[in-house]
Amino acid sequence: MSKQLATGLEGQGVLVTGGSRGLGRALALAAARAGARVALVAREREPLARVAAEIRAAGGDAHAIVADVGQRDAVAAIAGQAAAAIGAIDVLVNNASTLGPVPLRLLLDTDCEDVERALAVNLVGPFRLTKAVAGPMVLRGRGTIVNITSDAATEAYERWGAYGASKAALEQLGRIWAAELAGTGVRVLNVDPGEMDTRMHADAMPDADRSLLADPVRVAARIVALLMGNDGDGQPRSGSRVAVSAAAATTS
Amino acid sequence: MKPATTYPERRDDVRLLVVDPDGGAGGAMLHETRTPALPDFLAPGDLLVVNDAATLPASLRGHDDSGHDIEARLLAARCGGATFAAVLLGAGDWHARTEDRPPPPELPVGARLRFGALDADIAARDPRWPRLVELRFAATGDDLWDALYREGRPVQYAYLAHELPLWAVQTVYAARPWAFEMPSAGRPLSWQALLTLRRKGVRWAALTHAAGLSSTGDPAIDAALPLPERYDIPAATVRAVTETRARGGRVVAVGTTVVRALEGATATARDGVLRPGGGETDLIITPAFRPRIVDGILSGAHAAHESHFRLLAAFAGTAVIHAAAAHAERAGFLTHELGDSMLVLPGALARGDERARAGS
Repeated sequence: MSKQLATGLEGQGVLVTGGSRGLGRALALAAARAGARVALVAREREPLARVAAEIRAAGGDAHAIVADVGQRDAVAAIAGQAAAAIGAIDVLVNNASTLGPVPLRLLLDTDCEDVERALAVNLVGPFRLTKAVAGPMVLRGRGTIVNITSDAATEAYERWGAYGASKAALEQLGRIWAAELAGTGVRVLNVDPGEMDTRMHADAMPDADRSLLADPVRVAARIVALLMGNDGDGQPRSGSRVAVSAAAATTS
Repeated sequence: MKPATTYPERRDDVRLLVVDPDGGAGGAMLHETRTPALPDFLAPGDLLVVNDAATLPASLRGHDDSGHDIEARLLAARCGGATFAAVLLGAGDWHARTEDRPPPPELPVGARLRFGALDADIAARDPRWPRLVELRFAATGDDLWDALYREGRPVQYAYLAHELPLWAVQTVYAARPWAFEMPSAGRPLSWQALLTLRRKGVRWAALTHAAGLSSTGDPAIDAALPLPERYDIPAATVRAVTETRARGGRVVAVGTTVVRALEGATATARDGVLRPGGGETDLIITPAFRPRIVDGILSGAHAAHESHFRLLAAFAGTAVIHAAAAHAERAGFLTHELGDSMLVLPGALARGDERARAGS
C-alpha cells in the first residue's frame, strides 16, 4: 500500500453539492476531518454558512458557495468560486437532489414541470458540473467524481417516478463518463448510500421507522473511506455502482 | 477580416489555417482545414501547452456616489486578494465600442463605487492614465468571490450579436479563475482532439496565465497592451517542456498567454533556464523576438493590422504571416475571440516520413 492511501485527504480539494444538510453536510464534515479543503454548495445561504462555520470551528477548511446546481448559468460560477476557494478540485460529489413535490405522487398525477425540475437538478446539473471540473482533472491526470444515487434508480417504486428516473439516468451517465474517461486517471463512481435518517427521507416517507434508517454521519464515513482508498479490498473500479450501508460497502 | 459575432454551433469545429514556414509537400506553406483535424499536424513527441485559466466575470456595472454610471473591467489581481487593477468606462454598455464610450468621471483616490451588492473604493490611480485604477473591494475572501460571480459578467465585445454568458467564455479545461478575458486560442480545442493527440503520442501540459484586457477604450493604454500579467508554471509542465526539447520534439503554445508565460519566465531567469513557479511578465512579443522555448502557436485568426498578428511573425517570419493573413482574408476567415483558428508551426505540413527523419 502506498503512503498516500493511508493518509486521508490532506490537501485535497473536495466539492460537495447539497452540502447544507443530510448526507452532503455529513460528507463535508467527514472530508474536512480527513484533511480536505472543502467547498460546499447549496441554495440557501444560512444553513450552508452554518455548516461551513461548524467545519471551521472544528479546525477544518470549508467554503460556502450559494448556488442552484439546477440552473444552467450557475455552474461556471460554482466551478470558478470553488477553484478560487480550495484550488484544484480532486473530488466532486454530486449529492444535491430534489424529490419534487411531496407527498410523492403517482406518475399519472405528476406535472411535467416537476419531472423537468427533477431532471434539471438530479441529472443535468451533475452533468454540467462534472463537465466543468472533469476537464481540469483530466489535464492533471487524476480526480474522482461521485454521483450519489438511490435504490429508486434500480427498483420500480410507486410514486418515485420522477426521482427514480432521474437517478437511473444519472447512473447511466456515470457509467458512460467512466468509459470515456478510462485511462485518464479520473474515476467515476455511482454511490448508493441506502436509506438514511435525513430530512429528504422524512419528506418522502414521513411514517418510516427512523430507528431502521442509517445515520448519514456513518454513511459519510464509509464514502470518505472509499475516497481515501483504504476501504479494505482496494478501490472500486471506475464506473461501478457502490452500495454503501453504514456497515459496509458492496460493489456491483 | 470580419469578427465572428456569435459562438459557432460547434465551438470545436471552426476553420483552421495551418501555416508552415518550412513548407510541406511541394513547398506549400498554407493549408486550409478545420480544427478537428488539428491532431494531424502535430507529431509524436510534440508537446501542446495550454493556459488553464478560467475566465472571470470581470465586468462590473455600477455607479459612483453622484450617481454616474460606471463600468469597471478588472484586468489584474493584486496581492492581498481584495484589490484589483481595473479600467473604468463611462455610461453606455458593451453594444458601443470601448473607444466610443464616454470616459468615466474624474474620481479621486478614496472615491466610493457601488456595483450592485459589491462596494469598492479607488485605492490608487495610475499616474499615466486616469481611467486605470486600483479598485479595493469592501468584501474579502469567499464573500468577495460570491459577490463577484453574482454581480459580474464576462467582458463583452461590441461586435457581438448577443451577450456572452460565463459558460460560453470558458475553455474545456478551464480551472483556475485567473483570466480577465477568455484565453480564446484554446476555445476550439475539444477533448476529442486532446485525447486523439495523446493517443498518437503528443503530450499536453498546462500553465496558468492571467490574460488581461484586449481593449480599454483609451488609445494610449491600448497601445501599451498587454500590461504585465501574472503566471504560474507547474513543475510537471517544466519537466514536459524540458523533456520534449531534449528529445527533439516541438513545443506548441495554445495562445499568446502561453508564449508570454514560457518565454517571459525564461527571459527573466538569469541563466535562461525555465523553472517552475509563479511570476509576472512584461514581455511583449514582436516579429524580431526569437522564442527560446516555444516552436509554434495555435492562435485565433488575426488580420494584419491587429497586434496579435505581430506576435505570429515571431514564429514564421513577417512575409509568411502576411501571406497567411491575406489568405485568411480572401477565404473569409472570421477573427476575434469567437472566430477561426491558425496554427503556425514549422514542419506542420511535412509528411509523416519527413517529420520522422527530421526528428531522428
